[in-house]
Amino acid sequence: MTETTFVRPEFRVKIDREACSECGRCVHQCGWEVYELNAEGRPVPDHAKCAACHRCVTYCPTDAITIEKNPLAYKESDSMSPELRKAVWRQAETGGVMLTGMGNDKPYLRIFDHLLLDACQVTNPSVDPLREPMELRTYLGRKPDAVKVEPGENGAAPRLATEFDPQLKMDTPLMFGGMSFGSVSLNVHRALAMAAQEMGTYMNTGEGGLHADLKPYSDHIVVQCASGRFGVYAEYLQAGAAVEIKIGQGAKPGIGGHLPGEKIDEEVSTTRMIPQGTDALSPAPHHDIYSIEDLRQLIYAIKEATGYKPVSVKIAAVHNVAAIASGVVRAGADIVYLDGFRGGTGAAPTVVRDHVGIPIEIAIAVVDQRLRDEGIRSRASIVAAGGIRSSADVAKAIALGADACAIGTVALVALGCHVCHKCYTGRCSWGICTQRPDLTRRLDPEWGAERLANLLNAWSHEIKELLGALGVNAVESLRGSRERLRSLGLDKETTEILRVKPAGMGH
Amino acid sequence: MKWADPRNSAERLTYTEEAPERILGNCGLMGVCDESGDRMSGELAVRSMASMHDRGNGLGGGFAGYGIYPDFPEAFCFHLLYGDEAAREDTEYYLRSHFTVQGEEPIPTCAVKGIEDEPILHRYFLDVPEGRLEETRLSAEDYVLHAVMDINAQIDGAAVASSGRNMGAFKGVGFPEEIGEFYRLEEYQGWTWSGHGRFPTNTPGWWGGAHPFAVLDYSVVHNGEISSYGINRRYLEMFGYRCTLRTDTEVVTYLFDLMLRRHGLPVEMACRALASPFWEDIDRMPEEEKELYTALRMVYGSALLNGPFAIVLGMAEGMVALNDRIKLRPLVAARDGSRVFVASEESAIREICAKPEVSWMPRAGEPVVAKLRKPAALTQEVGQRND
Amino acid sequence: MIPTSEAVRKVPTGPARRGPIGQEPARVAAGQPGLSKGMVTRNGREVHIDAAGVYYKTLNEQVREEIMQGATIVVLDAVNGQRYIGAGISGSEVRLIVNGVPGNDLATFMNGPTVVVNENAQDAIGNTMNNGLVVVQGDAGDVLGYGMRGGRIYVRGDVGYRVGIHMKEYQDQTPLLVVGGAARDYLGEYMAGGELLVLGVGCEEGSVTGSYVGTGMHGGVIYVRGEVAPHQMGKEVGESPLVSGEGERVEELVRDFCLHTEVDAEEVLKKPFTKLVPVTHRPYGKLYTH
Repeated sequence: MTETTFVRPEFRVKIDREACSECGRCVHQCGWEVYELNAEGRPVPDHAKCAACHRCVTYCPTDAITIEKNPLAYKESDSMSPELRKAVWRQAETGGVMLTGMGNDKPYLRIFDHLLLDACQVTNPSVDPLREPMELRTYLGRKPDAVKVEPGENGAAPRLATEFDPQLKMDTPLMFGGMSFGSVSLNVHRALAMAAQEMGTYMNTGEGGLHADLKPYSDHIVVQCASGRFGVYAEYLQAGAAVEIKIGQGAKPGIGGHLPGEKIDEEVSTTRMIPQGTDALSPAPHHDIYSIEDLRQLIYAIKEATGYKPVSVKIAAVHNVAAIASGVVRAGADIVYLDGFRGGTGAAPTVVRDHVGIPIEIAIAVVDQRLRDEGIRSRASIVAAGGIRSSADVAKAIALGADACAIGTVALVALGCHVCHKCYTGRCSWGICTQRPDLTRRLDPEWGAERLANLLNAWSHEIKELLGALGVNAVESLRGSRERLRSLGLDKETTEILRVKPAGMGH
Repeated sequence: MKWADPRNSAERLTYTEEAPERILGNCGLMGVCDESGDRMSGELAVRSMASMHDRGNGLGGGFAGYGIYPDFPEAFCFHLLYGDEAAREDTEYYLRSHFTVQGEEPIPTCAVKGIEDEPILHRYFLDVPEGRLEETRLSAEDYVLHAVMDINAQIDGAAVASSGRNMGAFKGVGFPEEIGEFYRLEEYQGWTWSGHGRFPTNTPGWWGGAHPFAVLDYSVVHNGEISSYGINRRYLEMFGYRCTLRTDTEVVTYLFDLMLRRHGLPVEMACRALASPFWEDIDRMPEEEKELYTALRMVYGSALLNGPFAIVLGMAEGMVALNDRIKLRPLVAARDGSRVFVASEESAIREICAKPEVSWMPRAGEPVVAKLRKPAALTQEVGQRND
Repeated sequence: MIPTSEAVRKVPTGPARRGPIGQEPARVAAGQPGLSKGMVTRNGREVHIDAAGVYYKTLNEQVREEIMQGATIVVLDAVNGQRYIGAGISGSEVRLIVNGVPGNDLATFMNGPTVVVNENAQDAIGNTMNNGLVVVQGDAGDVLGYGMRGGRIYVRGDVGYRVGIHMKEYQDQTPLLVVGGAARDYLGEYMAGGELLVLGVGCEEGSVTGSYVGTGMHGGVIYVRGEVAPHQMGKEVGESPLVSGEGERVEELVRDFCLHTEVDAEEVLKKPFTKLVPVTHRPYGKLYTH
């Protein structure tokens, strides 16, 4: 652009000239082409392009680079922040909708950080997870309310006489959330699939279809059927361990998605089954679901087409999430996947990402309670996602009522993402949310799988430690036990909605 | 054998206020069942509990006896604890409106040093009136269960200690031997007895908070603390149970009612759901067994009792004792002729049976089951009512 | 089905009445607090005490008193359930004979004497015992020898859960625990030193121990007569062949045990032992990061 913009750079790149060995690596590493070598061979940064992703900082052999917040002073205003001013300048320049990536970064109340877990003392022993058994195994799916047991013949052991719907068996209550091939690279999908198989859990294809290379891992893959139906056909549906109908997403409830044609290269085109170079538009609603009975129809269509595999329905956490979830369960879903307002995305309008939806903590609480009130809690498992940041969040989510948690943002961070929020540019220096071959090859799938497995392993151990302190040796004894949580510093209505007692109240 | 007041020099406080928060108890227990249906004096249970005096702190004791009301074998006998006359009036109004009262009287007691501030204790022999079951479309048991939960939840100051046929729970604040003497248990004859002494750690005992917890024909005495209480309770609420008695033992009683009476699970399977084998052991089982246990855990995961426990369940068919899945509480069992004994300490069994034919330590999660032979025939028995 | 009369009335809570201070009963059951002592008969340095109905506190006071007066053999008759017998007593010349089932915590913190129980015993025997010998001529319960630092515990029959938990050695003291029958899960949990033997006399192969044998073990050695399946072992423990001289040591231990419990040593020694030792001294080295 030729006009001078009012939007000054957010960051400033500082190079320690004495340390700099002028190797030129930073020029190559930066996906946004921040650096250029001048006539003398010295790297010169264009600060405006910097996303603070730290790729150059990490790989500079002499540790000569640091990134600072641009110390430009703005006249302070609590209400009219510099960021809001910049948005207006940008929109006046372009007439466009402000776009962003990753999850809501605004200072809303972090409810997980106001919930504390219990521990046992004296009246009840804590359990030692390193030396005595500690069980995290979880089965997602519809369960009957009771079982029929038949006595065995001729004094043999009794037998099960009840039919069960198929279940997803997880060795730990953690899985990977859906991220489409197109928004992330194929190497990311490979890493997720390998790690899911290694750790006895599942990844999710997102709405971009299932690449042929991932077929060997299909027992550990949930295939998604989203509004654009990209890559959805019979063999695809039958390949996965389960099928997920994506109705909504925590980062952008109620709106659709758009993957521009430039990103539809040959691989993406094959996987999504659309021509190269065309846009991939995901409409907001599924155009065959305008009412709840339509959802039921789609769910059973998929069940018929797959021989009755488990069907998960992913919904964003919005105000009416309890009633919607109840409808989803009664429509036949085996799993309800709740995505809270902190969930991540490859691209979404900032205004939607930051101002629409409700926290996952509240969503879990009201959905779990509503299903119990209606007596239908056993008909579907609840998976919670959207800003799960640590194993403590997982334990608290389970105590509130979730059967398992899914991680998206955190999985990418494990692979090197530095949460710079520039996913929508498709130029991710870490090779994660891009399709450019020179960038995607920076992520080795086997290396990535090991890192993801490490993460799941570490969190699983931490959850075991927490369970041990709580005096239980099986995760189902924490699941839904809000008794083991206390709130600190939450207002009265929120604690009542969560049905969690304030710290200080005994059992 | 009457107990003189076994006190040391410490003063002891008794309260009858309802504890505002959940009362935790750790303690001692016993159970005895004569599978032939021969009845034993309650004195046996009291003496056994007396020998485990130091497991409690005097703030709760109680017993359940089965076969003790041979004159009213079919009637539901409600044992009520009333904080005041108003609670009694309200409850009697309720009972008269919903049941036919075959008989009622104060529960016989005698003065015992150390038992103070006892509530008003009354018992009623009730039948469901003609036609009421068609009207409400409930089974007799569900009708009675609703009544028990109504009284416990809605009539302030009234607590139903037991509501089964030909059985009763006798409990209160005191050492178990004091409670046994107070209720004159030596005058009762029953084929199953269980006993319990508490060591509550929250605000001191409320008469209603002592063990056993009984509803319909099920009674539970429990040593330990249930760390899965939060989810056990919410799970039961889905099936219409209301947990109002503020101790974790209440959920154990309701879970047995749900699994045994309403779901029709064999008692051994119900016990395996409450104290499930570990996945690593299930994975090694033969295929059919593995399928059954996996199904049990999947369906009854929210009923799994986690935390240390030893429980004795009394029921019309006999008696069951069970340990938690990693045996964090003591439990010893013995058999002598047709009598099956369980207790927290072997010496408590030896106190009432000097040389049992066989004694053993039950395994973690494996129930000890005593089954009455010909229970139907026993309800026909007519004898003198013990006064 | 809501009660139709005025249902909500708060229970009036007046001041709690306090009972009068109790008086001593003439005779109480063994579990009852009371001051009446057991009848004593003396025969030189041998003393018999009738423990029937004697409260544990009184009984143990009597035992300590007799030892202080010079008794070297104290026989307790008609014991049933009294706790803490032999707690904290010292003196290797002292011998305590228990006829009847003793209560929990027998020989806890004991430092030298010998205690023989001619019946089954209960839980928590030899808790943090420093030295001495305990012989149980029947079965015993859970959590035996917790934190034991020296001395010997011999149980002729079966034992329960968490037996030999956190046994440890110190300087020249090595604790020893021998079980004649079978043991349940978590045998030798956290073991840091000492020797633990399970003979499984009369037991089926594979059922001499439960699961999680030696879980958390980081010192000491466990010898099990017969086989231990891999799924029964805790993850810190592994099978190891007996080294030269060890076979003789095991024989020595077995013979001493059989001497005290009248078990047939020749029969026991016919079957080979499985030796279990910790496979690493720092099993949790890679678990933590910062």
